[in-house]
Amino acid sequence: MTDQLDASAGAAAPSAAPVARSPRFRRRRHESGYASGLSAIPWLIAPIVLIAGVVVYPAIALVQASLSDYSITGLRRGSAGFDNYIDIFQHDDLGLVLWNTLVWVVVVVALTILIGLGLAQFMSKDFRGRTVMRWAIIIPWAASLVITARLFTLILDYEHGILNQLLVTLHITGEPIDFLGNDSWVMPSMIGVGVFVSLPFTAYVLLAGLNAIPHDLLEAARMDGASAWKVYRYITLPLLRPAMLVASVLNLIYVFNSFPLVYTLNDRNPGFTHDTSITYSYKLAFKAAERSVGMSAAMGVINVLLILVVVMIYLRIIRWREVTQA
Amino acid sequence: MTLQKRLRPYYLSLIGLVITVVFVSPYAVMLLDALRPSGDVLASPPSFLPREWQWNTFGTVLSDTRFLNWLKTSVVVAVSSTVIVLLAAVPAAYFTARFRFPGRTAFLLVVLITQMFSPTSLVVGLYREFFDLTMVNTYASIIITNAAFNLAFAIWILQGFFSSIPKDVEEAAHLDGCGRVRTLWHVMLPLTLPGLVTTVIFTFIAAWNEYVVALTLMQDDAKKPLTVGINSYVTGYQQHWDELFAASLIAVVPVVILFAMIEKHLVGGLTAGSVK
Repeated sequence: MTDQLDASAGAAAPSAAPVARSPRFRRRRHESGYASGLSAIPWLIAPIVLIAGVVVYPAIALVQASLSDYSITGLRRGSAGFDNYIDIFQHDDLGLVLWNTLVWVVVVVALTILIGLGLAQFMSKDFRGRTVMRWAIIIPWAASLVITARLFTLILDYEHGILNQLLVTLHITGEPIDFLGNDSWVMPSMIGVGVFVSLPFTAYVLLAGLNAIPHDLLEAARMDGASAWKVYRYITLPLLRPAMLVASVLNLIYVFNSFPLVYTLNDRNPGFTHDTSITYSYKLAFKAAERSVGMSAAMGVINVLLILVVVMIYLRIIRWREVTQA
Repeated sequence: MTLQKRLRPYYLSLIGLVITVVFVSPYAVMLLDALRPSGDVLASPPSFLPREWQWNTFGTVLSDTRFLNWLKTSVVVAVSSTVIVLLAAVPAAYFTARFRFPGRTAFLLVVLITQMFSPTSLVVGLYREFFDLTMVNTYASIIITNAAFNLAFAIWILQGFFSSIPKDVEEAAHLDGCGRVRTLWHVMLPLTLPGLVTTVIFTFIAAWNEYVVALTLMQDDAKKPLTVGINSYVTGYQQHWDELFAASLIAVVPVVILFAMIEKHLVGGLTAGSVK
């Protein structure tokens, strides 16, 4: 029974591929599936209500706060116009923070997708111990990020850290490395942990995508004499596009918004040296000299606009409409 | 050639072992830290194995009523959030995958944009909203919030799976006299099982590990979820690293069990094809 279902699910995938079908043919197929906006409402009402209640309302509050003047104790004193935004753009550390954010997001997402792709491919192979490996990979995802961040501050610690102890004992380094304090090591350390915790989610989304690809298709290509690389490049990768789209877009958003890792791993360092725009906006309200709720809210709004622009550019590059409408 | 074939599973297993070690080792450190006296965690120089094995940490944590309360909240919140996400996302994903309608692209984009707000920056507004609704310190407040924040993933991934099923399958069911909803339930859902399983795992884990919203909306100690509660093992005044790490490891167990239970559906499609 299951086999049958799986087989038909597999056979389904080619329609998702932009390989064989001409655009015109595809469009015609969909004409049977037109619906009016009104008939959509019963199907979409639950997400719309949830999103309106939980995201839109506080988002409006955030925009209002960014346009307000607050006392140092956090009491609203009235409107501030765009003063908070002006203050942000005149802030000395904004450039540094944006650069950190760019490096953090691009490097973590790129490494995560690349390694995740390899990992997913490997997980789909058949070998002894496969199940154990799959359970192991889920652990960093299943563990609380806040605790994982604290765990890594201990592991990477200069004096008490087990990693330095290991490196020195094995004579890989002569001296312990100050992973979380030495300016040239902080970002690489954060990136390493960031990739580590992002991999499980990514690998599993890509694995789900791989599983939807029918084996017959791959075998047929191989029989026609295509090399392994060609099969991968021209069949597997195009069919993997929907999964890649979900994995990369959501990773972009999660890594950009990642708070506990950046905040905890970077806690010891003064100023905003290794902060990303999310921890920056938090510190503006609660930690830095400014203590400005208004500036923090303004930075919160800027953050959403930034990630919006990044995702839009990305969606454009990968031509997501082709993927979602295929 | 034949030798290569015979060797293959072994070197694959070897690579698999290396990957397993990489993913497990930080948490093995966590386990060792749970088994050593708290002061030993920050000893200098550090020792790989505990200088003194302390076997009762897990017992201490499991018999702590506060811990059991936090565990209960986490289970209630994660399960309810997952159910709500499925109920809301499945019809929406199915409809957007199958029909062109005015506002379809806008709907998908708006859903995605809601993910872009970091909970950290929305939490002040959320607190105010739930305070006005007198829902601060209720399970419902964090369940609803978790559900809303995880809808985007569910809708996006499910609509991808739904649109990959050929229309013919559905039309056949239609001809057999199935209505829209019955077709969805009996034909489409079984076919998108890997997508559903991915959604369940993803939402459950996200809700299980949510921190910022719960930290703000749940101040009643007995109703905090694990992520927030266990932090009180290590504060400025008391540093029970052993208990913090033991509790964290216990918190991983329900997720791994859930995963082990439904994982075969995730990889089902694959094994069906590879068995010759």
